[in-house]
Formats: sequence, structure tokens, C-alpha cells
Amino acid sequence: MPELTPWSELRGGGVVVPGEAERPQTGGWRTGVKPEVDLSKCVNCLLCWIYCPDSAVELDGTTFSGFDLTYCKGCEICAEVCPVDAVTMVPEEVAS
Amino acid sequence: MTETTLRLMTGGEAVVEAMRQIDPDVVPVYPITPQTPIIQGFAKFVADGKAQAELVNVESEHSAMSAAVGSALAGARTMTATSSQGLALMAEVVYIAASMRAPIVMAVGNRALSGPINIHCDHSDSMLIRDSGVAQLFAENAQEAYDLTVMAPRLAEHPDVLLPVLVCQDGFTITHSAEPVAMLDDEDVSSFVGDYSLPHRVLDTAHPTTQGPFAMPDYYFELRRQQAAALETALDAFTGIATEYEELSGRPYGPLEAYRLEDAERVIVALGSSAGTVKDVVDDLRDEGDPVGLLRIVSFRPFPAREAAALLEDADTVIVLDRADSPGGAAPLRAEVAAALYGSAARLDGHVYGLGGRDLHPEDVREIFSGCAPPYVGLRGVACPA
Repeated sequence: MPELTPWSELRGGGVVVPGEAERPQTGGWRTGVKPEVDLSKCVNCLLCWIYCPDSAVELDGTTFSGFDLTYCKGCEICAEVCPVDAVTMVPEEVAS
Repeated sequence: MTETTLRLMTGGEAVVEAMRQIDPDVVPVYPITPQTPIIQGFAKFVADGKAQAELVNVESEHSAMSAAVGSALAGARTMTATSSQGLALMAEVVYIAASMRAPIVMAVGNRALSGPINIHCDHSDSMLIRDSGVAQLFAENAQEAYDLTVMAPRLAEHPDVLLPVLVCQDGFTITHSAEPVAMLDDEDVSSFVGDYSLPHRVLDTAHPTTQGPFAMPDYYFELRRQQAAALETALDAFTGIATEYEELSGRPYGPLEAYRLEDAERVIVALGSSAGTVKDVVDDLRDEGDPVGLLRIVSFRPFPAREAAALLEDADTVIVLDRADSPGGAAPLRAEVAAALYGSAARLDGHVYGLGGRDLHPEDVREIFSGCAPPYVGLRGVACPA
């Protein structure tokens, strides 16, 4: 649980500045499945990077390099838009 | 204080002149009776090059207020105007404007809400958004509509307030009635309102922010509390601005007006133009030796409860006049005064009057002061209960 701010210390209207939204680790919302990539199929079209609503697709320069599971909510859009079926959703490992 | 000339103008025209002098950057607006003369007059000033604002002709009041939120938060001084159904259609965005702390100034020509559909004055439109978190100042006449409009940007943009401010004037009774109005010089208004600036970050592509973020149970309550505190602060802010304005104009203002309250045994509490009628009757009754008075509420939101209670301390009977009803409960102003007077020995009475533009006559006010008036004053077929 991140530290919560008292009302009198909040910015007027709750305005959020860049970087502040990094704190809630929205990957914790993921239920059941996570994206996995087969790099031998990937054509680096970056459609997944364009479509990802959580900016959870990582690049190395302009080359696809993986998923940031700290913020990925498991929405499956990347798997849906991948034109070469390089992205598949796989079951989350369950902690033993 | 500079010498001023009186000009004959309606409340609507007075607000148009105030808007021209304030010279807002953006005015998104949609016409509706009885507010239409305001936007019509201002649009003419823009067309004639006498006002520089970007006039945005939107397709509804919902859009007008939405555009106003965007422009106010993008760093543009923003004004709009509406009435009745327009305010009702805006209501959703009025709440959002307050929560986003958008300092929009809005002229309201108060008009009864449908139904039945009607175009004349009552305060049901203002009361609909009573709890939205915006400030609502009620003018008694065209002069006050002008003065309060000039003060409104200062209050809205006050760094501790940052909330929409509505300057309410009774539809037709003030918006369309011509009376002598003293205006300030253009330069005086310009320097009084100053430049528009927000203390927090505005919409700026070079320095991006999220405005109006989603707030879950862990933050919604905090942001609502912050907003309530800002409106509470507006009471002192308004008093300070009004003091400064008095130095400029010679006309005193405040969150409320005490009219002949010294030794008053029976006091009427009222909003808007009817206070003028009550003042005439108070003068007549005082001449007859009857100790009556009037407490006029200028700032309905924020409500000056402590100050009202202090001024009503010595009254035997307090009579609240509401120009809006709350079916199944206490009328809005009456509920407010009752809460302020809780624990006081004064007898509290109240009447609903003037719905849908029905006139309140001096004789009605006399009956009210005499204690011989039914709960709904001016209704056909209802006799004095005594």
C-alpha cells in the first residue's frame, strides 16, 4: 500500500504531474493471465507498443524488448493486435 | 474614488458592460431566456471589436460548461451565462468544474425550472446546484449585478478559492428591468481584476499534467474535503475583495446585508430582488413605529451562518422567504437559517413565495411581518390563517 496524502497537502483539484502515477503498481490488478512473446515471430511492428493502454511494452531504442509486468494489467490488447501471433497470454504463476 | 455617471441599463446590460471591462479570454455560451440578452449583448461587443474574447457557440449548455472547464484550466479567463434548464443541463459539469477547481465566472438569470415550463423568476435553478461546491452571489438590482460581476473573477481566481463563481440575478425582474447604474472606468476594472493566473499547473503540452484524475475510495473523500475547505475560505476572501472594491466604487458589499436590524423584533431573511420590496415595507413599518428589519443574504454559497446568527441574535421572530421549494422537506434558505439559529430562542417562521415569477407585493410583505400569511404566500385561494 503506497503512502497516502492528507487532503490539505493535495494539489488543487488533485492535479497529477508526470511520474506520480508510477506509484500505484497496477500490475497487481492482473488476474490470471500475462503476455508472453515469441521473439522468433516478432517483426518489430510495435503495434503492441502503440496500443498498450498502460505503457507496459518496453523498447530498447526502437526495438521491442519485452513487457513491464509491474504495470501490465493483463488486458490482452497486445495479443489481440499482434499481426503475427507472437504475443500469447499465458497463465500467471501461482506462488506456492 | 472616481466620479461616476449613471447610465440607464438593465441587469443584463450591466453584466454585459462588466464582461466587456473584464475582457475575458474565452466565453463559451448557449442562449436561454432570460439570460439571452447577456450573451447577445456580449456577442455584439465581440463582433464590433469592443471585446477580445473568443466566443464559442456551442450546441448546448453541457458543452458550454465543458468548454469553459477546458479553457479555464488551459490558462484562459473564462466566463459564461445561463438560466434554468440551461443550468440544469450544465449541472453535471458544474460539479466537475468545482472539483477541478476551475475559476469560471457565470452570470445566472434565475428562472423557474420546468415543469410546467415557465420563463420567469424563481431560485429553483440555483438551488438545484446548491451542493455542487460553487459560490453563488445574489444581486438585488442591476447595480449589484454589475458590481458583483466585476468582483467575481477576483473571488473565483483567489489562490485559496479557485472555484466557479455564479453571479445570480432574478430573471426579468433584474435582467430585463432598466435602472440607473454607476459603472467604473474601464481601466479601473482592468486593474482591479488583474491578469489571469493559476497557482497550480495548467494544461500545457510542454509540461503535461493530468487534470481531473480518477479518485478511488482512497482519495475521493480527501479531494471533496479540499473542495469544501476552498469554498469555506471564499467567505473571508469575498469580504476582503468587497472591502477593496468599496474603496474603488464607494459601494459597500459583503456576504450579507443588515438592513435596519437595530432593535428589530421581527426580521425577514431573503435573497435577490424581493429584498428591495421588503426594504420599502420595512421603511414604512418603521415609520409607523413597528421595529422590523431585513437580513439579506448576498452570498448563499458559501453561507455566512455565523455572521447571520450574530445579526439575528436579538430578534424575537425570524421569517425566511424562499423563492424555491423543497417538496417534502424544508425550503433551502429556511433550512440554512434554521441550522444557523439552532439553539437560539428566536421563533423561526418561513414562507415560499414567487414561484414561476409570481410577484411579491408590499401588501404580502406586510402580511408576512404581521404573522398573518400562509406558508405559500401569493397562492390563490389560500387565506390568512389567523
